[in-house]
Amino acid sequence: MTDLRRTPLFDEHKALGARIVPFAGWSMPVQYAGLVKEHHAVRTAAGLFDVSHMGELLLEGPESEAVIDELVTADLTKLPDGKAVYCVACNEQGTILDDLIVYRRGREKFLVVCNASNRDKIAAHFAKHAQGRQTSFEDASDRFSLIALQGPKAIDVARAAGADDAITSLASFSLTDGKIAGVPVIAARTGYTAEDGFELFCANEHAATLWRALIEAGKPLGLEPAGLGARDTLRLEGRLSLYGNEIDETTNPLEAGLAWVVKLDKPRDFLGKAALQKIKAAGNDRRMVGFEMLGRGIARHGHAIVEWTGSETPGKTIGLVTSGSPAPTLDKNIGLGYVPAALAEIGSRIGIEVRPGRSIEAVVVKTPFYKRPR
Amino acid sequence: MASYPSDLKYTKDHEWARLEADGTVRVGVTAYAVEQLGDVTLVDLPKVGTKLEEHGRFGDIESVKTVSELFSPIAGEVVAVNDALDGKPELVNEGPYDKGWMIAIKPAGGLDGLMDAAAYEAFLGTLDH
Repeated sequence: MTDLRRTPLFDEHKALGARIVPFAGWSMPVQYAGLVKEHHAVRTAAGLFDVSHMGELLLEGPESEAVIDELVTADLTKLPDGKAVYCVACNEQGTILDDLIVYRRGREKFLVVCNASNRDKIAAHFAKHAQGRQTSFEDASDRFSLIALQGPKAIDVARAAGADDAITSLASFSLTDGKIAGVPVIAARTGYTAEDGFELFCANEHAATLWRALIEAGKPLGLEPAGLGARDTLRLEGRLSLYGNEIDETTNPLEAGLAWVVKLDKPRDFLGKAALQKIKAAGNDRRMVGFEMLGRGIARHGHAIVEWTGSETPGKTIGLVTSGSPAPTLDKNIGLGYVPAALAEIGSRIGIEVRPGRSIEAVVVKTPFYKRPR
Repeated sequence: MASYPSDLKYTKDHEWARLEADGTVRVGVTAYAVEQLGDVTLVDLPKVGTKLEEHGRFGDIESVKTVSELFSPIAGEVVAVNDALDGKPELVNEGPYDKGWMIAIKPAGGLDGLMDAAAYEAFLGTLDH
């Protein structure tokens, strides 16, 4: 087994009593005080996540917009300076290499965030495509730490930790250079929890200072350090896809419910566009749906979705659960999975084979399961 | 820190067994198991009358993130089931040795094959945390 990598915040996690697990080649905190407690803290107050394992790619130069725009499904010509967009990068077949957030730091200056598990693949993909073009390319993942401050009180915590006005006045999906607790950061009003919040990029050597300042300032406001466990239940309630579960190189964004990030009419041709046009014209045989368990049982990643027979005896296998868990905010057992298009409408009954030979009734429901109150 | 009462016997699968005054044996999971599982969300138990082998599977316990099988410490017949866990699985977190008990068994044999508290704690020390 290869050695697991540690983020600059590893010792902070140990000091906070985190349970550490291997994740995508890294030793990461899965929980501190407890997954459910952390989940509720993010929904009602605030949570602090170390997501320094994620990849950061920097592109700069006259052709940087074109280089990225040729690889992703978003229309970057419509992305103003200081704004971010969620999208996917596809291969020639129109299936998903990774999901990304592209941050436009200036007219010719971009930051692209990719998944830890895909970092090498995506960095090589971008580097190759940038070759010979008027753009610099850097995989800056090893220089940057990333801390996510999420929850309805994230703004109050940021203020209490000494965030400057540029940061506290950010609009959703906007970003700025600024300072918190004296630490220079790129701050973005983005996140992966279905709550308001910030993602804060800083140099590795400042990560611990920033982390401690946010923990200290946040404590009286109900902030909890939160691990990968809570991150997963929060994103599932918000129906946010997880690479390796909902999406991968065998799934296309149209069947995955990500048609909204695919701009087939954008001015520039992009990798996978022709394939996606064909898929769109033909229609997908399967679709990603959200479901709620009606019987006693918890769906998990990898369980078969079966025809519901009216009893626990499983019917024919018709699909696959991509994510499933109790939903702490909703007090229900929920999941996501692929089903035949004919069964994708709200109210469809399906079975989830939670044990070999035993299925539990579930119903297709509207997603997201959770939407933050406005 | 988790505690391991000396009046209980233990298995390597982290179940406990307690011989009651009426001759039945109560069974549940240990504080160690609860620590590893986190918040318990579902306990699936057998019906009264089910016959169990020693180390036979008698149910499942699920937490937010994981599912584990439950194994009977001894052979015997299930004579009582803690129905309270049906609606309140969190009782296992709150009191693994009392409120969170799972089944009572009319034993076919004794508890001699099981570990005492000291042996169980020594066994836990050998596990990789």
